[in-house]
Formats: sequence, structure tokens, C-alpha cells
Amino acid sequence: MKFVLPLCIFLILSAFLAAGLRLDPQHVPSPLIGKPAPYFELTKLHEPGQTFTPEDMLGKVWLLNVWASWCVSCRVEHALLTALSRASVVPIYGLAYKDGRESSLAFLQSFGDPYVLSIEDPDGRVGIDYGVYGVPETYLIDKAGVIRFKQIGPLTIDVVQETIVPMVARLRR
Amino acid sequence: MASQLLLAAASAPPEPTATDADVEARLHAFLLEIRCLVCQNETLADSRAELAVDLRNEVRVQMMAGRSDAEIRDFLTARYGDFVLYRPPLKPSTYLLWFGPFVLLVSGLLVLCRAITPAAATVRVPPPSGGELKRVRRLLDLADGSEPS
Repeated sequence: MKFVLPLCIFLILSAFLAAGLRLDPQHVPSPLIGKPAPYFELTKLHEPGQTFTPEDMLGKVWLLNVWASWCVSCRVEHALLTALSRASVVPIYGLAYKDGRESSLAFLQSFGDPYVLSIEDPDGRVGIDYGVYGVPETYLIDKAGVIRFKQIGPLTIDVVQETIVPMVARLRR
Repeated sequence: MASQLLLAAASAPPEPTATDADVEARLHAFLLEIRCLVCQNETLADSRAELAVDLRNEVRVQMMAGRSDAEIRDFLTARYGDFVLYRPPLKPSTYLLWFGPFVLLVSGLLVLCRAITPAAATVRVPPPSGGELKRVRRLLDLADGSEPS
């Protein structure tokens, strides 16, 4: 019976290790979930004379996708975004992060434009307000302008099917 | 696992230095306690990631505008979470982190004490019966007989 206690301790430790190994150490959860999307006013990529703010989207559920032409993972994600926009699941707005207008436009030209519109954040200042630390990142924002979900890294089909689509349906009610 | 491209610039544009040397010193001390989210084992003071450059500039601007260290820390944690601080704040969610090691140490010491302290129980042996006593005497005589003198 003397082995019971060390065995229990070992099993508990193993459980912690098993859980811990599944975690992604690079993943930093956002403190902005449940908080209003930070205000900004940025120029539109395709219409530089016009601006866009999150207040324009009040009353709608939408995705804000942070992307850049220099970002390799964004190309990977792009196909999924295109499929999403074609399926008209939820409107996707792009935030061209730390990029030049020419490069951003060229990217959309080459790979297609899944966004309703894109806005530019050339110095990344709005990115800082949104807690962006890598590209791509995607925010799901509800009708009241509150951030409900943040995807760090490219969207995957699993995340879309299991999280985004159900959340969008729920938030639309 | 995240395959996102983390911002790591090989060459970032040269950073402006604050005109006040005191601010620069305060900035450096402050940044040593902030984690870079891109190179997560480096401080914001050391990291060369582009995001680190941006955040350094932002903190510098705020310091020169007169904000306190606590206010700037709040600014960063509001956007990036507590993970950005090298000193995790003491709150219910971090009690285990802060007190856990001491709890483990104390319990380890208790287990050690228990293991080292000799067993206090004395073994009680019932007195031998008549038959057993005879056998004992015979065995002892035999042993005495074969003992070298």
C-alpha cells in the first residue's frame, strides 16, 4: 500500500503534463474578448479618400481579419477566406497591417479579394490597440461592437465550422 | 500549432532616442520587465522584433507625455494581457503560481520528517511458554558449546 501515494502523485503529474503538452506556448489569449472593439478611423485601401470605423458596423456581426502581403500564412488562409466570403457566412473586413498600399493592392489583385473592404494600418498603431502580435489574426465582432472571439494564426476549417459559424448564428439572434 | 508569421525584422528602421537621458534610462528599466510577445523569452528592452520596436516607441512617447509606469503597464496589459508582464500580478488566478512552490516545499519537508523519524512503536513480545523456554535453553547451550572460548 506504500506505493499508492507516489503512484497517485505520479498520475496527477502525468495528467498535468499531458494537458500541458497540448497547449501552444506561443498562444497569448486576448484580454479583449468581451470588450468593445477599440475605436479607430482608417483610410480604405481601395478608396483612399474615405475612412472606415468599427462604428460603421454597429448592428452587424462581422469578422476583422488582420493580414499583410508579406505574410506567408495569410496566403494559406486566403483560400479559406475566399470560400467563406463566397458562402456569405459573415462579412469579412481586412486590416492591411504594416504594409504599403501598392503591395496590399497587388496581393489582392493576385490572389483575389475576399473582403468587403480593406483598411490600412501602415504603422501598426491600430494593431497595437487590438493586441495584434502576429499576422494573421481574426476578430469576430458582434452587433454591439464587442469582440467575441479572436483567432491567433490562420483560420482553419475546424475553427470556422466549430466556432465561428455557430457563434455567428448565435450572435445574429 | 500556430504557423503564423511572427514579426521578426532582420533590420528595423533606426529608433528615435528620447531627448531626456533620464527618460531613456527609465524606459530601459521599465522595458526590462515587459515580455516581447514575438520572441517570448526576450524582454521588450532586448528584442529586435518589429513589434518590439513599435511598442518601445509607443512606451517612449507615453513616458515623454508624462504617463506613469503603472499607467503604461495597464495600457499594455489591457491590450496584450498579463502575459506581457514578467512579474505576474497577484490575483486569484495566479495564487497557485505564487504560492504553489512554497506549498510543495512545505509538504515535501513534512513527508521527509515523517520518513526520517524512527518508528516509536516498541515491539511487544509475549513471554515464552514452558516448552519454548526449554527449546531456547537447549539452543543456547548448543550455541555456547560451539563457540570458541
